[in-house]
Order: sequence, then structure tokens, then C-alpha cells
Amino acid sequence: MANKILTFLEQRNGILKKSSLETAKEAAEAAKKLNYEVEAVSVGSTIEDLESLGKYGIGKVTFFKSEALANYSSSAYAEVVANYAKETDAEILFFSNTSMGKDLAPLVCIKIGAGILMDCVSLEVSSGQITATRPVFAGKALVEARITSQKKVFTLRPNVFNIGSLEDKKAELTVKNVENPNLSSKVVEVKKSEGKLDVAEAEIIVSGGRGLKAPENFHLVEELAEVLGGAVGASRAVVDAGWRPHSEQVGQTGKTVSPNLYVAVGISGAIQHLAGMSSSKYIVAINKDKDAPIFGIADYGIAGDIFEVLPALTEEIKKIKA
Amino acid sequence: MKIAVCVSHVPDTATKIVIGSDGKSIDPNGVTYIINPYDEFAVEEALKTKEKLGEGSEVVIISMGKEANKETIRKALAMGADQGVLLKEEVQRDPVGVAKALYGEIKAQGAELVFFGKQSVDFDNSITGQLTAEMLGYNCVSVVVDLKIEGTKITAEREIEGGREVVETSLPCVITAQKGLNEPRYASLKGIMAAKKKVIEEKPAAPAQTAVEIIKMKKPALKQPGRIIGTDKSAVPELVRLLKEEAKVI
Ligand SMILES: Cc1cc2nc3c(=O)[nH]c(=O)nc-3n(C[C@H](O)[C@H](O)[C@H](O)COP(=O)(O)OP(=O)(O)OC[C@H]3O[C@@H](n4cnc5c(N)ncnc54)[C@H](O)[C@@H]3O)c2cc1C
Ligand SMILES: Nc1ncnc2c1ncn2[C@@H]1O[C@H](COP(=O)(O)O)[C@@H](O)[C@H]1O
Repeated sequence: MANKILTFLEQRNGILKKSSLETAKEAAEAAKKLNYEVEAVSVGSTIEDLESLGKYGIGKVTFFKSEALANYSSSAYAEVVANYAKETDAEILFFSNTSMGKDLAPLVCIKIGAGILMDCVSLEVSSGQITATRPVFAGKALVEARITSQKKVFTLRPNVFNIGSLEDKKAELTVKNVENPNLSSKVVEVKKSEGKLDVAEAEIIVSGGRGLKAPENFHLVEELAEVLGGAVGASRAVVDAGWRPHSEQVGQTGKTVSPNLYVAVGISGAIQHLAGMSSSKYIVAINKDKDAPIFGIADYGIAGDIFEVLPALTEEIKKIKA
Repeated sequence: MKIAVCVSHVPDTATKIVIGSDGKSIDPNGVTYIINPYDEFAVEEALKTKEKLGEGSEVVIISMGKEANKETIRKALAMGADQGVLLKEEVQRDPVGVAKALYGEIKAQGAELVFFGKQSVDFDNSITGQLTAEMLGYNCVSVVVDLKIEGTKITAEREIEGGREVVETSLPCVITAQKGLNEPRYASLKGIMAAKKKVIEEKPAAPAQTAVEIIKMKKPALKQPGRIIGTDKSAVPELVRLLKEEAKVI
């Protein structure tokens, strides 16, 4: 039997995560180079059209279905995925490095006796082996590493791998019912934070820091985020001051983000903040101190006053979007 | 009930990282080490749980690593933990190897509730708690910001993208702590004095085969510093033009 890569597809409310598509595409590319087979597996109660995975180079998808598994259950999901990995004798497993992936991948890893590399930002295949690069020390250094055990688990950082060109193919879908899932640990409720876009998933982020002076001035940041269709982020200084919730904090003890555009407003650019956002594709800084460290990594900067520049920027963008 | 907390000893987050001469690890010269910030939330939650359970519960701190990890264990003892164990290991292990050592000790201690940090801010793996839980056959909830324990029933809220998941599970269980779970206490002078007198048990970490080979460690490519376009709102149209035409992000 040919060796195999199995890639996990994450759904929430029956909708596939974009990061799962990035990971699936990367799995397909790696499989091609390794001359392995590739297939995908997903768990849930309903899911949108999985045949479309063919476009990402996946020939076969298996969906494990149960009403009880609409929400995440670490015990049940891990059992289902590990059993399927064993059944298909998959040698390599891919997950996205999301909150579900980070929880699930290590559980499956132990069940199948694998080695694991988390949060990979690039994969290279040569002489039949995958070498992964992953950030360590909050991105202050990078490590190139290989898994030496026979079974291998990789998780891939979202919004880093390019999906690239799509194929005009359909995947073959198999649906299997899960009887008596192991629900020793299960999600009973999902609390959404006011339907807002999360920084970890946003392609554009506008973050505010202490330079905003007071919590009531954050509407300036919110307005810019809104016209850009982005999420609001924050520095730790304003989270600790209680101006913003911790879920918005970007940095070493907050979230690591890599959006296409990161706008830092009144943020000095402390090393712990940079750790969380330096892999953003484009960085804009607005800070009245031209020597602020944030300008050291910004692509474009305005060394001016927030209260003058930010409303003007929001207006200008409104104009071009109109 | 025996409660265990696993703590790691990590470079201060303000540290400038210099790559060591082997090209595979950091140069430890001049680096200040601290208790992993997330592990302070783990210790605090363990102490709070112990206080609630009252008489007969105990908190044991476990760390795998070098002699210097004792500083971090002592910090947790000063906060109020009862006992400390150092699992000695001189080399950096992969997370499965770390989990293997911790698993053996937790089992030997008979701890049914185990706290970890959600992430160690050195190698940022974010999985040692989950790996250890699976080896133990315990339930596991990671990235926890709210925790209720009633008898053997556990209700925990974990942070996810755009919200929280409320998880129901039961003991025995591993919890990994996220910022927001609590406010870690400061060690009192009395606590610091008492911690000095506590004996930290020391034993070799159970051996484990490594499953990961580090080929090299390197610094990320430095981003070219960009341009400061202007100093007031007159620079705004140019900024928007660059974002649209050069960066193509809006
Ligand atoms: C263990 C540890 C972990 C940490 N983790 C994080 C983390 O995850 N995320 C994080 O962000 N920080 C973190 N920090 C904190 C970090 O060191 C900084 O203290 C914090 O990032 C500073 O926030 P700030 O940039 O908003 O505030 P400041 O550093 O005070 O910067 C405010 C900036 O606003 C500018 N400004 C003021 N007024 C105006 C105006 N009118 N117009 C324009 N500009 C103006 C100033 O020039 C200044 O540069 C951590 C620290 C430690 C010790
Ligand atoms: N060497 C270690 N000794 C004890 N606990 C550890 C060690 N390494 C990691 N941990 C625990 O595992 C958590 C997650 O670490 P990591 O998976 O490395 O990000 C940390 O917050 C600690 O609670």
C-alpha cells in the first residue's frame, strides 16, 4: 500500500475553515513531491460541499457524521481521527494551527505514536523528507526541523501558505456515521464575542495602543477597521488597563497574527508586541514619535498625531471604497 | 486531592535572542530566566482550587530540566505550593519527550487534577499539556479562561477564534491555563522564607526517544525598514495610494 498523508478539515457550523483549505492544498503538494497518496477527513453533523476539495488536489474525503458532534469534542474528534489514521495506515497527518488544531493534533499524535511539529510556516520536501520551519521565542528565531519517527504530525500556521492555482476536479466523498461517540469531554455551548471578527482570522487588523489616551477614543480605531473590513486589535498596555478585552491582544502573551495588512496606531512597538505581528505582510504605523521602534518594521509610516491622521485616513479610504 | 502543576523555566520575554555556536540553540549567556508567564496562572488556579477543597489537598510543582529550573519551582513554592519535584535533564527535548517525563511523575504522584500553561514562551509548542493528558488517559481542556469544579464535574471555558467554547468534562483532567483565568498572587515575604526551607525532590527524568531533529536555528530575515511618508494628515492620500497600488492590500 502506498504511503499516505491525511489532512484534517475543520468545520464550524458546517462551514469549512479557510485555513483547512490552505492546509489541504499544502498536503496535496507535499504528497505529490513525496509520491504519497493524500486524503482528507472531517468530523461534524453537517458540512458544506466537500467534493470541492478536489480543487485543492484532494482526491478523497471522508466525513464522520453524528448529531452529537456538531460542536467540538476533544475526546470524540481525537478518537475518530486517530482510528481513521490507523485504519488507512496514514504516515503523515496535517492540521491547521487553529485553536481546534492545537487541541486535537497532540491528542491524535499520542494515539498513533507520532512525533509532532507545531505552527509550521514553511515546508520543504527533498529526498523523501519534509523539513519544516517554525518560529520559536515568539518569532525572534526560526527553527528548521524534521520528524524522525515513522508517524508524523504537522500543524500549519493559518494565513501563511498560499492556496495558489486550483484544479478543476471533484473529490470522492464518503460519509460515515459515528455510533456512540466518546463524549467524555464536549463543548456544550459556543459563546461568540459580539459577532466581531477575530484578530486571529482577519486579513486586515487595525490595532490601537496607549497613544489613544483613553478607551473612549478607540472608536477611531474601530471606524478605520470597519471601513477596511478588518478586525480591531490592541497592545497589552491597553488590555491591562481594561480598555480592551484580552481576546484582542496581539503579541507574545496575546495572539500571533499574520494578516495582509496590520495598522499599528499609537503603539510603540515593544519587542513583545512585534513578536505577535511581525510576520504581517504589510505593516503601517501611525505614531507621533518618529523614533518609535514600530517604524523599524513598518512598510509605511506617518510620524504624526493620531487624532489628526486617523480620521483623515478613515475618510480617504471611505472615498476610494465608495 | 493531589493537584500537580507543570512549570517551565524560560528566557524573559524581553530577551534579545542570540543563536548559539552550535547553530541549533540559543546562546544562554546573559539571558535571564523566569517562570513561564502562563504557568503563573496555572499555579494560581491550583492554589485557588486547593483552598476551596480545604484540608487534605496538596499542590505539587513539577519541572523537567536543568538545576536552574529550581528557581522557577521555588517561585511557585513561594506562592504557596506544598512540594516541588525537579526531573533532571540536561538536553532540550521535543514536546513528546517532555510529556513522557511529566506523565511518569504525575502518575507516581497520583494527581488527578493537573495544571499546565497553555504555551511555554520558549519553543511555543502549546501542546505539552494535551500530550501529557493523552498519555495519562485523562480528559483535557486547553487554553482555559474560566474554570468550575464541582465534585468530579468540570465546566471550563476555552478561548477560540472569535469567542469561547464551554466544555463539560470530569476528573481526572488536565487544564492548560490562558491569561484571564485569574490574577496570580504575589509571593509574600513569609511565603518566600518558607519556600527556601522546602526541599525540592530531584530525580532523573524518565528517558525518552526523540522524535524531532533540529537541523538549525536562525534569525528571521530582517524586514527592510520602510518609509515615513509624512508627519501629518497631508500624507494620508499618498499612504492610501501606496496601500492600493504598491501593496495591493486595500
Ligand atoms: C511578559 C511580558 C509579556 C508581554 N506581552 C505583550 C503582548 O502580548 N502584547 C503587547 O502589546 N505587549 C506586551 N507586553 C508589553 C510591552 O512590553 C509594552 O509595554 C506594550 O506593548 C506597550 O503598549 P503600547 O505600545 O500601547 O504603549 P506605549 O509603549 O506607551 O506606546 C504608546 C505609543 O503611542 C505614541 N503616542 C502617544 N500619543 C500619541 C498621539 N497623540 N499620536 C500618535 N502617537 C501617539 C507614543 O509615541 C508611543 O510610542 C509584554 C510585556 C511583558 C513583560
Ligand atoms: N520542561 C518542562 N517542565 C515542566 N513543565 C513543562 C516543561 N515544558 C513545558 N511544560 C508545561 O507545558 C506547558 C506548555 O508548554 P509547550 O507545549 O512547550 O508550549 C507549559 O506552560 C508548562 O506548563
